[in-house]
Amino acid sequence: MSESASAATYWLPVIFIGLMGLAVFIYAVLDGYDLGVGILLPLGEQEEQQRDLMIASIGPFWDANETWLVLAIGLLLIAFPIAYNQVLMHLYLPAAIMLIGLIMRGVAFDFRTKAAVNHKLAWDRTFKAGSLTTSLAQGYMLGLYVMGFRPGWEAQFFSALSALGVTAAYSYMGSAWLILKAESDLQKRATRWARRAGRATLVGVIAVSAINPLVNPSVFDRWFTYPLVMFVLLVPTLCFLAFIFNDFLLARIPKTNDRHSALPFATVVLIFLMCFIGLAFSFYPDIVPGEINIWQAASANASLQFILVGAVIVIPIILVYTVFSYRVFRGKATDLRYH
Amino acid sequence: MLDTLILSRIQFATNISFHILFPTISIALAWIIVFFKLRYDQTNNPVWMRAYRFWVKVFALTFALGVVSGITMSFQFGTNWPGYMAQVGNIAGPLLGYEVLTAFFLEATFLGIMLFGIKRVPSKVHTFSAFVVAVGTTLSAFWIIALNSWMQTPAGFEMRDGIAYPESWMDIIFNASFPYRLTHMLLASGLTTAFFVAGISAYRILKGDPKRAPRLALKTGLILAAVFIPVQMFVGDLHGQNTLEHQPQKIAAMEGAWKTENGAPLVLFAIPDGKEKTNHFEIAIPKMASLILTHDLHGEVKGIEEFPGDHPPVAPVFFAFRIMVGMGLLMLVVAWGSCYLLLRRKSLPRWALKTLVAMTFSGWVATLAGWYVTEIGRQPWLVTGVLKTADAVTQIPPAHVGLSLTLYLIVYAILLFAYIHTLKVMALKSVKVEEFETAEPLAGGSLTNLPDSTQKHPGGDSQ
Ligand code: HDD
Ligand code: HEM
Ligand code: HEM
Repeated sequence: MSESASAATYWLPVIFIGLMGLAVFIYAVLDGYDLGVGILLPLGEQEEQQRDLMIASIGPFWDANETWLVLAIGLLLIAFPIAYNQVLMHLYLPAAIMLIGLIMRGVAFDFRTKAAVNHKLAWDRTFKAGSLTTSLAQGYMLGLYVMGFRPGWEAQFFSALSALGVTAAYSYMGSAWLILKAESDLQKRATRWARRAGRATLVGVIAVSAINPLVNPSVFDRWFTYPLVMFVLLVPTLCFLAFIFNDFLLARIPKTNDRHSALPFATVVLIFLMCFIGLAFSFYPDIVPGEINIWQAASANASLQFILVGAVIVIPIILVYTVFSYRVFRGKATDLRYH
Repeated sequence: MLDTLILSRIQFATNISFHILFPTISIALAWIIVFFKLRYDQTNNPVWMRAYRFWVKVFALTFALGVVSGITMSFQFGTNWPGYMAQVGNIAGPLLGYEVLTAFFLEATFLGIMLFGIKRVPSKVHTFSAFVVAVGTTLSAFWIIALNSWMQTPAGFEMRDGIAYPESWMDIIFNASFPYRLTHMLLASGLTTAFFVAGISAYRILKGDPKRAPRLALKTGLILAAVFIPVQMFVGDLHGQNTLEHQPQKIAAMEGAWKTENGAPLVLFAIPDGKEKTNHFEIAIPKMASLILTHDLHGEVKGIEEFPGDHPPVAPVFFAFRIMVGMGLLMLVVAWGSCYLLLRRKSLPRWALKTLVAMTFSGWVATLAGWYVTEIGRQPWLVTGVLKTADAVTQIPPAHVGLSLTLYLIVYAILLFAYIHTLKVMALKSVKVEEFETAEPLAGGSLTNLPDSTQKHPGGDSQ
C-alpha cells in the first residue's frame, strides 16, 4: 500500500468518527431541548395557554433538530457499516420503541393545531408520552452501549439508570431553553423545573460516571493512569462546577430586564459537552466497546472520500443556515401561527 | 410459524409503503405551494394567499408524517437487513448520506421559516424558503431513487471478496434504469398531488364553500393532472422497454407470460397460477404485448420458462401492474373529462365533483401498485445479481420482529386514520371561514378590503 493510501486509511475513519461525534453532540443538545420541553409539558385543563407557548418555542426547529439524528445514524451507516449493523441488532427493540416515540411526538405536534378542538388535549398527551418514551429509550440504549451490550441484570439495571439520567438531562436542557424563550409565569415555572432537573441530572451523571469505570476495566485504566489523570480530572471538575454555578444562577432568575436568561442554557450545553467528552474519551477508538474499533469497521476509502467531499462543503453551509433560522426566530416565543 | 425473513420483509414493505404515501404528496405539493405564493407576489391578489394558506397547512401535516416515517426507514437497514450494509454499504451509504446532507437539512431548516416565518422575514425571503423546501424534497427523491435504481440495475462497481467497491460514481448514480425511474416517480408524485388537491377542493365546494380559493386550486389540480397523465403513460412505456432490456424476468411476470413467444398477446386479465405455470381465465389481445414492448408485431417476449429459479412470483406483480395501469387510464378519463367540462361550463356539476372526491387518493393506489411491481419484480434479488434478499436478513429472533411489526401496524393504522380525518376537519373548517372574494380574480386588482401588499400577510384569520 502506498504511503498516502495508508495515511488515508488511518485518517479517514478518524475524521468520520469526529464528524459523527459532532452530529451526535449537536443532536443531543438540539433535540435534547425539544424533547425536554415535551417531557415537561403540563397537562392540566387550564394550562392550555402554557402548552401552546411551550410548543411554539420549539415549533420552527424540531424537524431540523431531528435531522441531526438522521445525520448521525447516516454517518454511522456510511462510515462504519459493520458497527451500524452490530449496534442496531443489539438495540433492536429499544430502537423500535424510540422510533415509535419519535413518530408519536412528531405528528402530535402537527395534529394538535389542526385536529378538531376537542382532540387537542389528546394530542398533547401523545406529545408528552412520545417525548418521554423517546428519551427513556435513548438513555436505555446509551446504557446498553456503555455496558458493551453485555447480558445480565447488572447491565439492565445500569441501562435503566441511564434512561432516567438522560431523561433528567433532557428536561434540564428543555427547562433552560424555556427560561430563554419564555416570559413571566412560564419562565418562573421553567426556573423551578430547571433546578429540580439539574439536581436529578447531577445525581445521574455521578452514578453513571462511578459505575462505568468500575464495570469496564479498560475505562478504569484509561481514566486513572498517571499523568493523564491530571488533565482528565479537568473534565469532571468543570462539569461539576458548571452544575453548582447553574444552581446558584437559577436561584436568582428571572433578573430585571431578563438579564442572563440565556446563561442557564449555555451552562447546560457546557455540561453536555463535558459528559460527551468523558464518554468519547472512555471508548475511543472503539466503536463497539471492547469489540470493534473504527479502523476495523470503516468502509472503503473510495466511499469515504466521496462523501467527505460533500460533507466538507455542505456541513458548514448547514451550520450557516441553521444559525440563520435561529436568528429569524430569536427572541421570546409568541403564539405559533401557520400562514 | 413465520420466520424472521418473512416478518422482516413484511415489516420493511409496511414501513416503506407507509412512508412513500407522504413524500409522494409533499414533493409535488411543495412546488404547487411555491406556485401559489409566486402568483400572490406577482398579482397581489389575496385569493392566491388564501389558497397558499390552506395548502401550506396540509403540507405541514403531510411533511411531518413523511419525516417521522422516514427516520424509521434509515434505521431499518441495520436492524433488519445487516447483510445489505455489509455487502453493498460502500455504495448505499454515500448515496443515503448525500440525501441527508443535501436534501433533508435543507428541507427541515427552511420548512421552519416557510411555516412560521412569514411575519419575520421579507416576503422575498419567505418565497425563497418555500422554493428551497421544494428543491429539497425533489433532491431527496433524486438520491433515494438513484440508490433504488442501482439496486435494480447495478453498475459502476467491482466485487472483491463478496463486497461491492465503487468504481465510478457517475455510473452508479446514473445507472441504466435511473432516468426512467426518477421521471416516472416525479410524475407519479405530480399526479398524486394533482388529484389530491383537486379532490379536497371539490370536497370543499360540495360542502357549500362559495369562495374562489378552492376553485382556483381545483383548476390548478385538474390542469396539472390533464397534462401529466399522458406524459406519465409515455414515460411508463419507455420505462417498461428499459426493464425489458435489463430485467426481462420482471416483464415476463408483469405480462403474465409463462412461455417465450414471438408475437406475444397482451393479457388484459387472468389469474396466474404459479404451480401449474399457466394462466386461468385469460382475456388477451393477440400480438399486442410484442407491439407495445418491442414495437414490432412479431417481436420476441421472453417468458418465465427462460428463468428457472430466478424469477419473481408472478401473480402479485401481474395484478399490481394492472392496478397501476388501470388507475392511469381512469385518471386520464377523469382529468380530461373534468377539464373539458370546466372549459364548457365554467363550473363542474355535482356528479363530477363527487367523482373527483372519490379520486382524491387514487394516486396513492397507483404509486403503491407501481412500487410493488418494481420491488416484488426484483425478487429473489435485493440487488439484482449481487445479493439475494434472503442472504441479507438479520439474525434477530422472530418474536422481536413480530413485536415491532405489530407496534408499527397499530401506529400506522391510527395515523392514517387521523391524517385523513384531519384533512376532512381542515376542509370543513375552511368552508365556514368568512371570506370576501367569490368573483373571478382580476390580474393585479384587489377585490377585497383587506390590507394589501405592503404587508403581505393579512394575519388574524385562521382558515
Ligand atoms: C421518491 C421519494 C422518496 C422515497 C422513495 C423515499 N423517501 Fe424518504 N423522504 C422523501 C422522499 C422519499 C421526502 C419527500 O424528501 C421526505 C418526505 C417528507 C420529508 O420530510 O422528506 C422524506 C423523508 C425522509 C426522512 C426524514 C428526513 C428529515 O428528517 O427531514 C428519512 C430519514 C428518509 N426519508 C429516509 C428514507 C429511506 C431510508 C428510504 C428508502 C428506503 C426513503 N426515505 C424512501
Ligand atoms: C418508496 C417506495 C417503495 C415501496 C412502496 C417499496 C415497497 C417494497 C416492497 C413491497 C418490498 C417487498 C418485496 C418482497 O419482499 O416481495 C420491498 C423490498 C425492498 N425494498 Fe422497497 N419499496 C420502495 C422503495 C425502496 C427504496 C427507495 C429502497 C432503497 C433505497 C428500497 C429497498 C428495499 C429493500 C432493501 C427491500 C428488501 C426487503 C424486502 O424484500 O422486503 N425500497 N420494497
Ligand atoms: C398508464 C400507464 C403506465 C405505464 C405503462 C407504467 C409503466 C410502469 C412500469 C413498466 C413500471 C415498472 C418499472 C420497473 O421495471 O421497475 C412502473 C413502475 C411504477 N409506476 Fe407506472 N406506469 C403507468 C402509470 C402510472 C401511474 C398513473 C402512476 C402513479 C400515479 C405510476 C407510478 C409508478 C411508480 C411509483 C412505479 C415504481 C417506481 C418506478 O419504478 O418508477 N405509474 N410503471
